[in-house]
Amino acid sequence: MSDAPSALSADRLTHLQRLESESIHILREVAAECARPVLLYSIGKDSAALLHLARKAFHPAPPPFPLLHVDTTWKFRAMYALRDRMAAESGMELIVYENPEAVERGVNPFDHGSAVHTDLWKTQGLKQALDLHRFDAAIGGARRDEEASRAKERVFSFRGPGHRWDPRRQRPELWSLYNPRVSPGETMRVFPLSNWTELDVWDYIAAENIPVVNLYFAAPRPVVKREGALIVVDDARMRLKPGETPQTRTVRFRTLGCYPLSGAIESEATTLDAVIAEMRASRSSERQGRLIDRDQAGSMERKKQEGYF
Amino acid sequence: MSAPSPQRDLLRFITCGSVDDGKSTLIGRLLHDVGAVPDDQIAALTDADGALDFSLLVDGLLAEREQGITIDVAYRYFSTERRSFIVADTPGHEQYTRNMATGASTADAAIILADARKGVLTQTRRHAHILALMGVRRVVLAVTKMDLVDWSQAVFESIAAEFAAYAARIGLEVTAIPVSGATGANVARRGEDGGWYAGPTLLKTLEGLPPLSEGHLPFRMAVQGVIRPNLDFRGYTGRIAAGRVGPGDAVRALPSGVTTTVARVLAPTEDAEQASAGQSVVLTLTDEIDLSRGDVLCAAAAPLEVADQFEAAVIWMADAALLPGRQYDLKLGARTVAASITDIRHKVNVNTLEPLAARTLELNDIGVCHLSLGADIAFAPYEEDREMGGFILIDRMSQATVGAGMIRFALRRAHNIHRQPIKVDRARRAALKGQQPAVLWFTGLSGAGKSTIANLVEEQLAAEGRHTYLIDGDNLRHGLSRDLGFTEADRVENIRRAAEAARMMADAGLIVLVSLISPFRAERAMAREMMGDVPFLEIFVDAPLATVEARDVKGLYAKARRGELHNFTGIDSPYEAPENAEIHVQTEKNTAEEAASVILDVFLNASGRPSGARPR
Repeated sequence: MSDAPSALSADRLTHLQRLESESIHILREVAAECARPVLLYSIGKDSAALLHLARKAFHPAPPPFPLLHVDTTWKFRAMYALRDRMAAESGMELIVYENPEAVERGVNPFDHGSAVHTDLWKTQGLKQALDLHRFDAAIGGARRDEEASRAKERVFSFRGPGHRWDPRRQRPELWSLYNPRVSPGETMRVFPLSNWTELDVWDYIAAENIPVVNLYFAAPRPVVKREGALIVVDDARMRLKPGETPQTRTVRFRTLGCYPLSGAIESEATTLDAVIAEMRASRSSERQGRLIDRDQAGSMERKKQEGYF
Repeated sequence: MSAPSPQRDLLRFITCGSVDDGKSTLIGRLLHDVGAVPDDQIAALTDADGALDFSLLVDGLLAEREQGITIDVAYRYFSTERRSFIVADTPGHEQYTRNMATGASTADAAIILADARKGVLTQTRRHAHILALMGVRRVVLAVTKMDLVDWSQAVFESIAAEFAAYAARIGLEVTAIPVSGATGANVARRGEDGGWYAGPTLLKTLEGLPPLSEGHLPFRMAVQGVIRPNLDFRGYTGRIAAGRVGPGDAVRALPSGVTTTVARVLAPTEDAEQASAGQSVVLTLTDEIDLSRGDVLCAAAAPLEVADQFEAAVIWMADAALLPGRQYDLKLGARTVAASITDIRHKVNVNTLEPLAARTLELNDIGVCHLSLGADIAFAPYEEDREMGGFILIDRMSQATVGAGMIRFALRRAHNIHRQPIKVDRARRAALKGQQPAVLWFTGLSGAGKSTIANLVEEQLAAEGRHTYLIDGDNLRHGLSRDLGFTEADRVENIRRAAEAARMMADAGLIVLVSLISPFRAERAMAREMMGDVPFLEIFVDAPLATVEARDVKGLYAKARRGELHNFTGIDSPYEAPENAEIHVQTEKNTAEEAASVILDVFLNASGRPSGARPR
């Protein structure tokens, strides 16, 4: 592992150095003050940066917490491959959790719709996994710049009984003093990347040479167009509508989730530099490609109150 | 958007002002003009006439609108070629000291807004005071809505001069800029309207401000933890609070005072010749010394002060008022210790900086307080070093963050008052009496039967030849606590005094019975902790409110119901029932004699074996 880009001068750190140092400080606070922390690993670029930071924070020891992947069984194949590789490389325990109710009912985006699919696999799945393992702090890669309702999120986000986010019980965070304490039945979500932007994450991935799934880079892929979004047909489970034939287009992803719910963008960016250049020129927001956010106004905020990550 | 270089630095700033000053419009305009607003969001900001409403960019959450609350700080991000910015945006209504303090705590600089039509207001001065208190000295005064005063140079200059004079008195450095959020003039581009203004735009000014740096101070770092992957490596983690550190540097561990030398600096994973303030590192030392989370490493030749009593400015952040005497947990750096406010010197009127007398601090109050800590900590005055001088206070029951403070100085009495060693100790005094000292703490509603039962227990103990003393709440208020009333703060102090008296009597070798309503869990826990290894039995004398109110032996409940008696436990002041008292007697089901006999049984059984303070 290499260290962050060189400093501007002896005492002036670059913004990436500051962000990295802050994230490492936060990760060390969680490890020191929480009884059973876990790192939520969802394989995307933010998770990749987060895992890298966790490994740096405790080097030369491995991070003192396991990885948790709350699986939906509908991720891209390449994501599962990277997940297993990174778990092995980091020497961390990988816990994969699938909501048994969703497994039994065979919940999928086609028959159940994105709202039910996301709620059962992700929201309920996460709550079940945290309860099952009695984790008191779940470390995630959410950033404040991602979505309007995240701008006011705390670094240590307090969750009451049932993992509900209650705006009245959020704690003031002054200086770099965090208060991660909880009573039985309460938990914390911890966001070490709170102050990072999407571009910061990519700059960091480039500077640190962090492995990311190749879906972020443009390649010819079989694509169908639905509700204005380009959906990549990643496996045989994709239900094609009558008359719908996948066409090969050169696309990549800005954000990843379940493949039938992730919209690709047309792009020629096949390298990290090209991806970063494209993003700098971009005039649309990151979550535009996510079908799950479009369900209703304020949907992210509502999901969060219900315990969604 | 221009292409920001990965070599840019970072500036954090806070914006102070209200919607009326055009704050949302100004911030929205700034974000928009630097290209930080994606096209799909811009579409949502366009009203029916095709005009952009920038204030919608910084709108609140559904939860805030639904519940009628404001969440303290929203953070926004943008960057230019030279610099990345983190904006702490705080709502600007009247009751917002807490929010602004939170946003200012991490800010390098601030923008204060003043409406060109209104000039410097009470609110403008309030913002300036909070910034000065929080140590944010670099301030940009944005005089907004200049288009509405026809870009009058005279208006701008008079506002700028008035504010500059005031700001200088409280130690702020000010740059004033005339702007219009509506037209964007002098925000990110020069305004054609204000041809007389020769200074830089708001954005250029922000690009030129120096970030706060603790680089010039001696090295300081709070130890966050120890990394020990194998027997050959023992590293101490932390983020450098101030100064620089490199291999070979002499360092001192605090509070122990032990000195040693830095062997390696990992910043954070590879060996570095030097690391500086703000960097997260791992340090290894040449000697194996006793060092763990919460300790501080600092330059050996310039150690921090160590003390357990301070004067500090405290900002109260909770709905429930601060109670002097109550124990809170104080977190500074990586250290958490018990702390109580021993004295509120005065409260500060944040509009005028005028000192006001106060017995407690309410939400959004700022007070200058004396604090007493359960242990020594290493610290720096806040004015010199935010990281080593700022602390938060945590409620030990709710676990919430209830206050924040900034250390001014250690109290001299912490250095000058030493304990006088005493030759005859508790063990010897107890041996002379042939008994084991203990404290029996009776808690319950007024009229539940505490004193009756405590009297029966004491009679029985005396009959068996034990040396006892009964501290009764009512009697206490005729003497030791004669100066106290019944507010929450006074009740806490009353309990502290009773507990202190009980501790001394137990020290004298006595079995002490305390009969006191003692309505709050926190103070009963404090009393238990104060006793150290003296056995402490919490006895819950339990009777339903309806029952004690019907009995009303002293006629107090009737008085309280008539409104002639305020802060009466059970009526208009809460009683927090014990959750795990050693003994629970129900006086509705049992007679006082039966209850006393149960207590004696438990006590005499327990007093045979050693028992210390239980964990909370």
